[in-house]
Amino acid sequence: MDRSRIVESILVLTHADETGSALSKASLEAITAGQDLAARTRETLTIGIVAADATTLSKGLPSTKLLAVSGEAFAQPRYATDAAACEALCRAAGASIVLVPAGARFSRVAAGVAYRLGGAIDTHITAIHAGADGLEANRWFYRQRVEAVLTRDARPWFLVLDAGTHAPFVPGEGSPQIETVAVHLPALRTTVTRIQSPKQDEQTIRPDAKMLFVTGAGWTKKQPDGQTHVDEAGNLILAFLRATGASLGSSKSLVDQGGDGNSVLPFLTHMNQIGQTGATPRHAKGLSTCCHGEEPHVVGWRFIADRRAISLDANCGWTRGKADVVYVADAFQVIAKLNELLAKEK
Amino acid sequence: MSQPLHIVVCAGIVPDPLQTLEPISTPNSPGLKNEMVLPAVLDPWAACALYEAAALAAANPGSKLWLVSLGPKAKLQQVMMTVAQKVPFELVPIDGPIGGFADAHSTAATIAEAIAAIPGLDREKLLLFGGWESATRGAGVTLQIVGERLGITDQFQGVDQITLHEDGSFEVLERIEGGRHQVSTCARAPAVLGWATGNLAEPRNNPQVGMANMRTIMPALQKAKPAALAANGLRYVNVSLPKQQRNTRVEKNMSPDDIAAELVAWIGAE
Repeated sequence: MDRSRIVESILVLTHADETGSALSKASLEAITAGQDLAARTRETLTIGIVAADATTLSKGLPSTKLLAVSGEAFAQPRYATDAAACEALCRAAGASIVLVPAGARFSRVAAGVAYRLGGAIDTHITAIHAGADGLEANRWFYRQRVEAVLTRDARPWFLVLDAGTHAPFVPGEGSPQIETVAVHLPALRTTVTRIQSPKQDEQTIRPDAKMLFVTGAGWTKKQPDGQTHVDEAGNLILAFLRATGASLGSSKSLVDQGGDGNSVLPFLTHMNQIGQTGATPRHAKGLSTCCHGEEPHVVGWRFIADRRAISLDANCGWTRGKADVVYVADAFQVIAKLNELLAKEK
Repeated sequence: MSQPLHIVVCAGIVPDPLQTLEPISTPNSPGLKNEMVLPAVLDPWAACALYEAAALAAANPGSKLWLVSLGPKAKLQQVMMTVAQKVPFELVPIDGPIGGFADAHSTAATIAEAIAAIPGLDREKLLLFGGWESATRGAGVTLQIVGERLGITDQFQGVDQITLHEDGSFEVLERIEGGRHQVSTCARAPAVLGWATGNLAEPRNNPQVGMANMRTIMPALQKAKPAALAANGLRYVNVSLPKQQRNTRVEKNMSPDDIAAELVAWIGAE
């Protein structure tokens, strides 16, 4: 089917952040993506909002058609209510392209909504462009090891945009009119009771940080004096994080040590894990310490632009074209000195 | 009082993460070079779901555990030789293509059909488990669609923990942004849980469990129904390997003081 001449209509699905008083950052990024796409393809743009109270959220949004689903049931991120809300917005907009912000809330429901509408979905989209045969989207396969450009005939086509691929929309002046969309909710059996932060002194996962700081299993291994220095390692790492505001990542081998009954850094959990079975965060810079830089870990560094590593192994994976700079040195000594210098700078 | 559950775990098979992957064109869709001879493992996040499911089934006497897996029969058999030694389960194999380039919607339809046909499955007791994303397509959509096809509207993704209560309700911890968990309670099964890593270590191989499992796995594999996955209008314009090689500067003789000074400048630079 030649889709190059088919008129598409674009819907951007958005939702309130945890405060309920503003759109989430990922939603604002999706609005930018929607505006870009609408401008390039000269298609119509609709924005859909899911929130307890959408009236305040429309302030400063682009002058385009705004649809909203509101009510106390939509204050909680929950499959049954969010899926029903998104389904209602999509039906009301009649859009053929639906842009969805990545994030726990809508990633949980987008595929289900696409199925209900008889459409199709692709996730982790990093770019959208007009190709010879209609819209094309870029995404990664095999945990960021293979990149593909794909297109689909099915409509509506849901595209879940990876966070950080577009600049957040900056609200302007004015308050466009909102058209409220009614939703028929099923019987609700799930209640969100609370948000639980890690059982640790401080939050170490910071998605908005400029730098990722990765710790490997070397931090808990025996040092030249024949002893392990786990407490010292923990103090050095936390001091570095406090000084730089970096986000803490880890290799799988280090976070797995907790499950094996070995001494482990108490502030690390599997949520810090980077790589094949962990996260693939987006940060401008990344510093790896005491980590070998093997492929299953390094695939999680796909979106780290500037990479440096400190390792005692001059033949580790990082030296084989996976980092920009590798310092063959003892991370205990380097990070201790680094913390001193950073403290002086402050 | 324990709650007997019917737990179905959906788990694909994926190339061992240490293997080099090279995309190639095949007549129907992209594929991987030597895909059929690459060593394969059970999808890592789905494997976590299997271990959590087994622990849950063991803690609730009368529970049943099925593992639904789609892949070429020969590869499934190869992977099951290891997986079967971990925890007791009943295999529901689907003889289909391997790889991440198949359409998730077709995959979900095939899996949902296989689950619906499981003899003795009580949908009122059903907990549908799987990984929240696979290590192949990594889309995180198949399990959701399977849930929708089975009419399940309580779904959780990025799950790290489930706690069953005596009244049949359960509490779920789902990963959300910023390294936190969203805690929800659900009144009762059925529900879909797409697991992240969970909290359990990989069980040690137990040959006795392996032998017991293989008694049912081998006949099930022989009877596995073939499934062809339709493209569903999905077309690949281009599939390629990213440029991975960087010109690495390796510093072997810098002192810790010099490295620290250089890193301070690097951290501060825009």
